[in-house]
Amino acid sequence: MKKKILPRLSSLLSLSSAFLLAGCDWDTLNPKGVIGVQEKSLILTSTYAMLLVVVPVIVLTLLFAWQYRQSNTSAEYLPKWSHSNKIEIVIWVVPSLIILFLAVLTYQTCMSLDPYRPIDEEANVKPIHVDVVALDWKWLFVYPDEGIATVNQMAFPVNTPVEFRITSDSVMNSFFIPQLGSMVYAMAGMQTQLHLISNEAGNYAGESANFSGRGFSDMRFRALALSNDDYAAWVQKVKASSEQLDSSNYPKLAAPSEANPVEYFSHAEPGLFDGIVAKYNNGMVMDKSTGKMMHVQSAMSDMNMKE
Amino acid sequence: MLGKLSWSDIPFDVPILVGTFAGAAIAGLAVLGLITYYGKWGYLWKEWLTSVDHKRLGVMYIVLALVALFRGFADAIMMRSQLALAYAGNPGYLPPHHYDQIFSAHGTIMIFFMAMAFMTGLMNVIVPLQIGARDVAFPFLNSLSFWMTTVSFVLINVSLFIGEFSQCGWLAYPPLSESQFSPGVGVDYYIWAVQLSGVGTLLTGVNFFTTIVKMRAPGMTYMKMPVFTWTIFCTTVLIMVAFPILTVALGLLGLDRYLGMHFFTNDGGGNQMLYLSVIWAWGHPEVYILILPAFGAFSEITQTFSRKPLFGYNTMVYATCSIMVLSLVVWVHHFFTMGAGPNVNAFFGIMTMIIAIPTGVKIFNWLFTMYKGRVEFHATMYWVIGFMITFTIGGMTGVMLAIPAADFVLHNSLFVIAHFHNVIIGGVYFGYVAAMNFWFPKAFGFKLNEAWGKRAFWFWFIGFYFAFMPLYVLGFMGMTRRMNHYDNPDWYPWLLVAEFGAVLIACGIVCQLTQLYVSIRDRNLAENRDLTGDPWNARTLEWSTSSPPPFYNFAVVPTVHDLDAFAHDKEAGIDTRAAGADYQPIHMPKNTSAGFFVGAFSLVLGFAAIWYIWWLAAIGLIGVIATVIARSSNNDVDYYVPVSEVARIENEHTRNLMAAQAAE
Repeated sequence: MKKKILPRLSSLLSLSSAFLLAGCDWDTLNPKGVIGVQEKSLILTSTYAMLLVVVPVIVLTLLFAWQYRQSNTSAEYLPKWSHSNKIEIVIWVVPSLIILFLAVLTYQTCMSLDPYRPIDEEANVKPIHVDVVALDWKWLFVYPDEGIATVNQMAFPVNTPVEFRITSDSVMNSFFIPQLGSMVYAMAGMQTQLHLISNEAGNYAGESANFSGRGFSDMRFRALALSNDDYAAWVQKVKASSEQLDSSNYPKLAAPSEANPVEYFSHAEPGLFDGIVAKYNNGMVMDKSTGKMMHVQSAMSDMNMKE
Repeated sequence: MLGKLSWSDIPFDVPILVGTFAGAAIAGLAVLGLITYYGKWGYLWKEWLTSVDHKRLGVMYIVLALVALFRGFADAIMMRSQLALAYAGNPGYLPPHHYDQIFSAHGTIMIFFMAMAFMTGLMNVIVPLQIGARDVAFPFLNSLSFWMTTVSFVLINVSLFIGEFSQCGWLAYPPLSESQFSPGVGVDYYIWAVQLSGVGTLLTGVNFFTTIVKMRAPGMTYMKMPVFTWTIFCTTVLIMVAFPILTVALGLLGLDRYLGMHFFTNDGGGNQMLYLSVIWAWGHPEVYILILPAFGAFSEITQTFSRKPLFGYNTMVYATCSIMVLSLVVWVHHFFTMGAGPNVNAFFGIMTMIIAIPTGVKIFNWLFTMYKGRVEFHATMYWVIGFMITFTIGGMTGVMLAIPAADFVLHNSLFVIAHFHNVIIGGVYFGYVAAMNFWFPKAFGFKLNEAWGKRAFWFWFIGFYFAFMPLYVLGFMGMTRRMNHYDNPDWYPWLLVAEFGAVLIACGIVCQLTQLYVSIRDRNLAENRDLTGDPWNARTLEWSTSSPPPFYNFAVVPTVHDLDAFAHDKEAGIDTRAAGADYQPIHMPKNTSAGFFVGAFSLVLGFAAIWYIWWLAAIGLIGVIATVIARSSNNDVDYYVPVSEVARIENEHTRNLMAAQAAE
């Protein structure tokens, strides 16, 4: 038994430490923005806190099983012993303390990392607005301030908060850029919000993290974090496209397609995003500032899009 | 005439399915042929299929669970193989249409027909014996529950060869599962199979709750109940609370699909978030329905093979009950990323991690049960120790996922897959297999082969780490679940390691089959026979009767004086069997075929409804109602076992006991 169990223990411990140390080039453990950085440190802190009880439990399991094996008649044997107030107090209090610590951490990070909370680390920088629509099976990005739209590729300047509004014109998806941090569901008729930032220029993988059907595996996009100049050039490149997105050709884009290539639209009809949300709500959309439902005036509201 | 059903629904063009069908057909014909050849149809029908004996139903449940395990594992290794191939432009061998059905079926089968059936089988075999009862409260309902579960599993397997199965994952989230996006029959197969089995599970919950409350042996107060019975007690409460929610959730989804309603659709005022909330209000208690009985089994096994009573019985009971209550207020942690406010997320996150406290206490209790004991490294104990190590890691990753802000990057990734397999294989499955090894001699009168049991353990244990540790890593790498192909070179080697792990687990399953075969072959060897009824020198009442127990369980209902009643009686020199006592006639239920026929008609109903063959559905429904009426108007449902018969059976067991004592 000893020969079999002890090597397993050491391999297990080295496995778990490899987990935390060698993980530095794994996407979510190699974050590029302040949200992702905080989430990584949260994961590591909570893991270390729990290892305080997990490692002793594993060691004691093997130790007790071996020490009190049947053949070891020199070990003390108390065939009636089944209760000890001291031990019971310890085994209730120690896990409780760890959970208390984690509960405080949970509450704090729920507040600070709420996806709906604007990023205040760069409060003096004007955020970029991006409206995201999950379609079968591709991502549509609308830039309301720039009046442009793209498919399966998005860009934003580094060190600039990005404010996402997210919805779906099909089934449920989840909008996720692993190296930047949090994901949020995309659901038809609803708009969720997400705030991310990249503190390093880069070309990051983006994906859907909620199964959405046949074309799900190819429902991927690239998120480009660019310098201000490069971002301006990227916007110009999109604006140079001959394609435009309006209520007449939107249904064609929204129709199911798999492994859709990157597309640029030099002009996106204003109110497109609100129209997509509103068409599942009898033409109503929620006004962010007042929280009240109001009619979408845009032509998109009476668009006869695919049902 | 045949609704939606046509020849084109038979997948002749999919070689994997044609091969599977041929294999299943040949195996099925071989079994039927053998039964006919040996003339066992009458025996099978009278003694098993129509039986209301909880022990036989328990055995049949476990057989069903093992069959489901093979089906579910076949799905699993196909998925792993697909992902080991489908890299960098290679589409693999399973197109999305097929692959999506496989992962949906894998989850559905493993939870509803492997784990639930295994758990129900164990509670059937053990609980009445453990509380000193002669049967369950409602023996006919017990038979009905079994048949509802069985026909549901049949229905799922029919979907392999006629039509298709759901492609929406094991919980069929709308709007993907609505007819707008899934117009085929797959989701209907899913809804009907799960609904019919849910009837069986709910009845089992009611049945065993009543049994435990009303039928405990005299003297067995709640705080003298064995821990396994306590865990089943809490599980039945959770079943009764949670399963109606599942029935409603799938019922509403069915109304959307069949009658064009709008509970969860995108348009018409439907709300998909409602479905997630409702389905998980069942789904989270469900995992505790599965794990609590495993905790109970570990408790019984650890104390028996440590030769020492369980450490902190009271603590164990309170921990079990608090897990039962807490498990009902944590379901939102399955969708932290849905946009709920930070207060909601924080509440459910913290409630979830509080469950780690009683769970941790349980682990310490098992630790201190071994402490200053005499731990016998029986094959059963291997699973216990393997569980304690593996489950602790799974618990840790569970608490990580319970922190909403951490879940924001881990949700729906392979990290989640690794976590729940870590607790379901390392906790639930290890527990059920340990229980099967432990209680097998009670059910059959001979022991399982230990060497093969240990081999099975090592393959499962090491295979688990190879198969699922890479999935934790892949989760950190941002790989989401349910992907069919990928082109990220960093993921590829880890998926190969996971495939290797799945192969090791396959070897583990082969070892388990071999273990069964070898044990049955050598059942008459003296060292394998259990003549005493107490092969492990165990502590609870089920070991005080013979192995296998007589159909009435106890000739004289035992009186309980203390916790661990049988251990107490052995020490005090009390003859629990009261051999040679004045036996009384024993009141027992008669076997009935009503459960079988309700099940069979339900199968017809479900199949017909899936294919919109309404005349056939009407026949099925009328059949169910007619059978229930016929059964209800039958007053000839019980009888008395005469004293002479009881005395004959008991005397034979006494002779066995004396022979065993002489042999020592």
